[in-house]
This record gives sequence, C-alpha cells and structure tokens, in this order.
Amino acid sequence: MNIFYLLIGVSLFAALIFLVAFIWAVRDGQFDDNDTPARRMLFDDDSIDEEENPG
Amino acid sequence: MENQKFYYDNKSVKLFLLATIIWGVVAVLVGILVACQLAFPAFNFGLEYTTFGRMRPLHTNAVIFAFVGNAIFAGVYYSMQKLLKARMFSDVLSKIHFWGWQLIIVLAAVTFAFGISTSKEYAELEWPIDILVAVVWVIFGWNMIGTIIKRRVQHIYAAIWWYLATFIGVALLHVVNSFELPISLIKSYPIYAGAQDAVVQWWYGHNAVAFFLTTPFLGLMYYYLPKAANRPIYSYRLSIIHFWSLIFLYMWAGPHHLLYQALPDWVQALGVTFSIMLIAPSWGGMINGLLTLRGAWDKVRDSAVLKFFVVAVTAYGMSTFEGPMMSLKNVNQMTHFTDWTIAHTHIAGMAWNGGIAFGMLYWLLPRIFRTKLYSEKLANAHFWIATLSILVYAIPLYWSAVTQWLMLREYTPEGFLAYPNFLETLTQILPMYTLRIISGIMFLTGFLLMVYNLFKTMAAGSVEADEAAEAPALVKAGSRNPLNETVHRWMERKAVRFSIWVFIALFIGGAVQIIPMIFIKSNIPTIDTVTPYTPLELEGRDIYVKEGCYTCHSQVIRPFRWETDRYGDYSKIGEFVYDHPFLWGSRRTGPDLARAGYINGPMYKNSAWHYNHFMDPQKMNEQSIMPRYDWFAKKDINLDMTPNKIRAMQTLGVPYPEGFDEKAVDELLWQADQIVAELKLSGIEIEPTKEMVAMIAYLHKLGRDIEPNTNQNPDSHETGE
Repeated sequence: MNIFYLLIGVSLFAALIFLVAFIWAVRDGQFDDNDTPARRMLFDDDSIDEEENPG
Repeated sequence: MENQKFYYDNKSVKLFLLATIIWGVVAVLVGILVACQLAFPAFNFGLEYTTFGRMRPLHTNAVIFAFVGNAIFAGVYYSMQKLLKARMFSDVLSKIHFWGWQLIIVLAAVTFAFGISTSKEYAELEWPIDILVAVVWVIFGWNMIGTIIKRRVQHIYAAIWWYLATFIGVALLHVVNSFELPISLIKSYPIYAGAQDAVVQWWYGHNAVAFFLTTPFLGLMYYYLPKAANRPIYSYRLSIIHFWSLIFLYMWAGPHHLLYQALPDWVQALGVTFSIMLIAPSWGGMINGLLTLRGAWDKVRDSAVLKFFVVAVTAYGMSTFEGPMMSLKNVNQMTHFTDWTIAHTHIAGMAWNGGIAFGMLYWLLPRIFRTKLYSEKLANAHFWIATLSILVYAIPLYWSAVTQWLMLREYTPEGFLAYPNFLETLTQILPMYTLRIISGIMFLTGFLLMVYNLFKTMAAGSVEADEAAEAPALVKAGSRNPLNETVHRWMERKAVRFSIWVFIALFIGGAVQIIPMIFIKSNIPTIDTVTPYTPLELEGRDIYVKEGCYTCHSQVIRPFRWETDRYGDYSKIGEFVYDHPFLWGSRRTGPDLARAGYINGPMYKNSAWHYNHFMDPQKMNEQSIMPRYDWFAKKDINLDMTPNKIRAMQTLGVPYPEGFDEKAVDELLWQADQIVAELKLSGIEIEPTKEMVAMIAYLHKLGRDIEPNTNQNPDSHETGE
C-alpha cells in the first residue's frame, strides 16, 4: 500500500494548509468577535450604515 | 474615512444561475433515462451511445459538476461580493471561469456518450478535460482569493471559509487522482494499479462528496439561511469549530468505500474510525442551521425558501449519520453493492444539494432581477412535490437493498445457496426500479414548476449588471500589538480555545493514521502465478472500461461464504497488480465478474455463451436487464494502438519482455484465432479483429491466474482452455 504514504502526505499537506490558514486567521483577529459578524451579514445590502472600525 | 464607490458584478451571478437551472433539468432528465434503463432495458435504445454504462457517468457528472457546480458558483459570486464589500477580483477571470466551466460540461457530455472515460467514478473525464478542469478551477480560486485581498471588510465571514476550503480541497483531490499516462488524445492509463488505484480513487471519490457537495453547500447555508430567515446564525463559534474539524477529518475516511475488499485490514479500520468521528462536525452544521430558525418557525410556514432549507439541513443531518453507520463493517456488508448506497446518495443529492440550491434560487433570482418571485404558491407546490419524490425514491430502494441482500445470503437447509442465480435477486426488486422512475418524474415536475416560476420572475424584472455600492476602504488591522496589550493578554483571547480544539483534532487524526504506519509493515503480497494481460485481453479490458461495464458489474469478491459460493474464491490484493485502472465497481446490478475466467468456478461461461449473451442478453436470460452489445461483432479493435498500449504499460511497470510491443499485434492475432476457432465449433463465424473476440478473451482472463493448474509458464501462450 505504498500509495498510502503519498495520500498521508497529501492529507497532512491539506491539513497543514488549513492549520496555517487557521493560525493566520487567529493572528488576523478573525475570531476576536464571535457575535458581530453573524449579525452584520444580515445588513450587507446597506453598505454605509454598518461599517465599523475594522480590527 | 472616505467612502469608496464600487459596483457589484451581478451579471456573472445571473449567468451561473441560468446555467444551474438549465443543467439541472438536463441532469434530472438523464437520471430518469438511466432509471428507465434499469427497469426496462428497451430504454437503452440498442445504440452504443445511449447504454446505461455510458449514461450513468453522464448522470452523476451532470448532477455533481453541472447542476451543483453552477449553483455553487452562483451562490459564491453573489455572497462573496456582498460579504466582502467588493466586486469580484477580475471580470476577465469571471468570464473565463463561467464559459470554461460550461465548455467542460459540454465536453463531458459528448465524450461520455462516445465512451471516452477513465472508469474512475466521478473522475471519468479523460486527461485533456482533466487539465481544463484544473485550469478553470485555479481561475475560480484566483478570482476568490483576489477578491478577499481587495475586500473592504476586515472580518471574513464563515461562509467564505467554506468556499476557500472547497477550492483547496478539490484542487488537491483532482490533481492527485488524475495522474495518468496518455497514449492518445482520448485514452490514458492511471499511474496507480489495482488496490492502490482503488485507494486513491475512493480517497478522491469520498472527498469529492466532502469538498464539492458538502463544504461549498455549508458555505451557502451559512449565508443564505440567515439571510432568508433574517436572523443571525445560531452560533458563530460553532461554525468555526465544526469548520476546522470537518475539513480535517474528511480527508481520511475514503477507505470505507472498500470494506471487505482487497485492501489491508488496518486501512479499512482507519477509514471506519474517521468516518465515525465525522458525525460530530457534520452534526455541528445541522444543529447550527436548524437552531438558527429558533423562534422563527412561523416564517418557515410561509416561506418556500425556508422550507427547502429546513428539509435540506435535516437531510444533511440524516445522511451524515447514515454515512458513518454504513461505514461500520457489519452494516456495510449489506449496504455496499446494493441499492442502499444509491438511496443514501440520492437523499443527499436531492434533498441536501437540491434543497439548498432550490431555496437559494428562489431567494436570489428575484433579488438579482430586482423584482418579487412570480408565485410563492408554485414554489410551495415545488417544495411538496420534491420532498415527496425523495421519499418515493428512498423507501423503495432501501426495501430493495434489504430484500436483495437477504436473498443473496439465504441458504437452503441442505447448505446450498437458495438463489444461486444472481438474476433471481434482481428480478425480485425490479418493481422498486419502476417506483424510482415515478420519483424521478415527480422530481422533474417540481423542477419544471420552478423553471416556469423563475422565468416568469425574470420576465417581470431586469438585472442591474453593475450594482453601485459604497464602503470605506479597509484599514489593515496589523499585528495584535497595541501598547496596552501584552503578548500574554493576546494569548488569552477566545481564539486560543479554538487553537486547542484544532490541535486535538489534528493530533487524534494524525496519531490514528501514523501509529499503525510505523508498527505495521504493509505491502502488497504479490502472487507468482498472476501474469500481465495479453495484448488481446488488454484490448478487451479497454472496451470494458469504454462501455462502463463497471457501473453494474463488480470485480472484487468479499470473504463471505455467500459470495465465495456464488462467485468463487475471495479476491486477493496481489491479483490486481497489473490493473490500470482497477475495476472493482461499487454497485452490483449484475453478478460479480472477478472470477469469470476461472474455468472450474461458478461464474465461468464458454466463448459461445458470451457471444450469444452480448448479441442479445434477453435470449440467454429472459429476465436480464443488460443492454445488447451487438456492435461488438461489427466493430474492429484498433490494432495501430496496441503497441502504444503495451509500451504505456511497460512504462507503468508491467513486466512485458523487452521489445514485446513489436510482437504485440502478432500475439494478439494468434490468441484471437484460437477464440475464433472455438466459436466456429459452435457454428459462429467472426473475424479475429472484432471487439467481441477481445471482450471474450478479457472475460476469460478474469480471476484465472490463481487457478493452480494453469500458467506454470508465463511465457507460453495461454488461452485458458
């Protein structure tokens, strides 16, 4: 089952990409606020009102 | 801060919406055709272009890549622009993406009808189209990432995470599964063989479900469900947790498609373990979707959009519970190779993907066309017809699966199989196949109601191709280092909790996978008597691939008494080492053929029988639903390609002697003459270069090699007689 070495590699590579994305997201402050984004998307047709200071 | 003026691109969204509707109708129509073919073989029309073996890939690919694919793109292009307050990155890329994808769909439809297929399920496209898919897919990803870079909103909403995972996941799967060696513009061999090809294919197949049918649709759910209900998602935190855990766990569960087959046990156990773990993140999505409607169920009563979403999310929950259960080995021996899997995929496809797509279409299309939906009543009618049709589909097929399985494993008190002839078990469930046609017609009726409703809606409104909007430019958040915040303080933020969860998910997954890898020496036990295919057998095998025989006939026998008694000895890993591609199949609508060439086995039939059976299966078995393949007696194999095929196989490591490609045609004709002579004894006249002869040679090779009395000398001419 040599192919499993490749697939483990590819799967881990995919996991690594997701891990890097996760770390970036944490550092970028993507998860700092878990309430506003859920509500803000409801108002996205109205582009001026809901702007808030990013970050 | 200055507001920037920009324009949303609604035209691309409109194009993808139209494509979704049109291809959706086509996909369902082809589905009804294949359903008719299984109940009444006359619907194969006696034409090679319309047999079930060629139409079934057309149906699956049309549903997945044409209908669902375009729905994803429409949903992504609309929601991404709104969420990020930015136009799609590049109009040129959007255009190439749209037309490129439609070109791929048309090419797929044409090539499948002509029998140009790799035989790998949901990856049947040949290599030039594979490359086109990769290019267009990268353009899609480039367009998305470009849009994210020039966004005007700091926070990237949950839906977009799912879109990104979709892009990365599908790109990886498609590339790894498409490594193939071309021998012409329309024919290639996968570089993997046998069990290895099976592992790669079902790693792909399972994750195509994950990253084409699940993650993008969860993204759509996270945008369109809250929008339609006008309520924030139940738990944004849950959306983050189940996102990271789901994308990680899915990648490892592929082997559950190969349980009890010629695969090391630990690989099977691994696939099962990850499949069971998948319940948790999957249900995270279902719970989050349904609880969003907490306190808003009165809206569901009035809105067809929300009704579709509720059924979709509920079906998602049921399917993602059913899937792991089907991955348990004891359950899998019933659900695999029977109609249970077909019912399972259709609940997911019709209810989950269909429901989200329909709900989104009803919600989005009127917005794009700046008008109201033409008729809410018709939409509700569509909902009820579609939902009922899913029941009419699933219940008969569950029934059929259990019935057939019970019949297959039933023994008489004397210890013989109660139904030794596979056909008896199939004839018993044929009424269920008729019910399935009714379900398809119902589903199509609902679909056409929607088409009418939406076209009326479009006629009443007009698209503003470039919709003006304003938003301030994005101020980069920068690193998290304000003067009043220490590093430790930053570490304590909520995000840390998520890091821990992700670490646990990664660690469990990694440990389960890696530890067995270190402690168990795995390899492919080869069998000395297994020889490569002769040139004629290889040509026959390519016809088997071309005609899609694998869509109904498996070539792998599981180690159950009721399988070995019926089909012959169970399959060993070493038997498949020269199989590029593997042809184990996934559903037995006909009997297994893994030992069709084993002369003393229960599945052996002589050349004359095969000839007559291909010419008219109903003449040999009145109840048979196999289409006739009488063109096998008329069409010639292309001898010019034979040396190329041998050389390709040599490149892939098949041990033909040096210079065998030069002798291949002579060898082929020599073997063909034996079969022609044998057929002549039964009064059948045929030229040696006909496809029929190659098919008979191939079928007589299957499973023959582990017969102890043959093939002592692999260099001698063997015909199995």
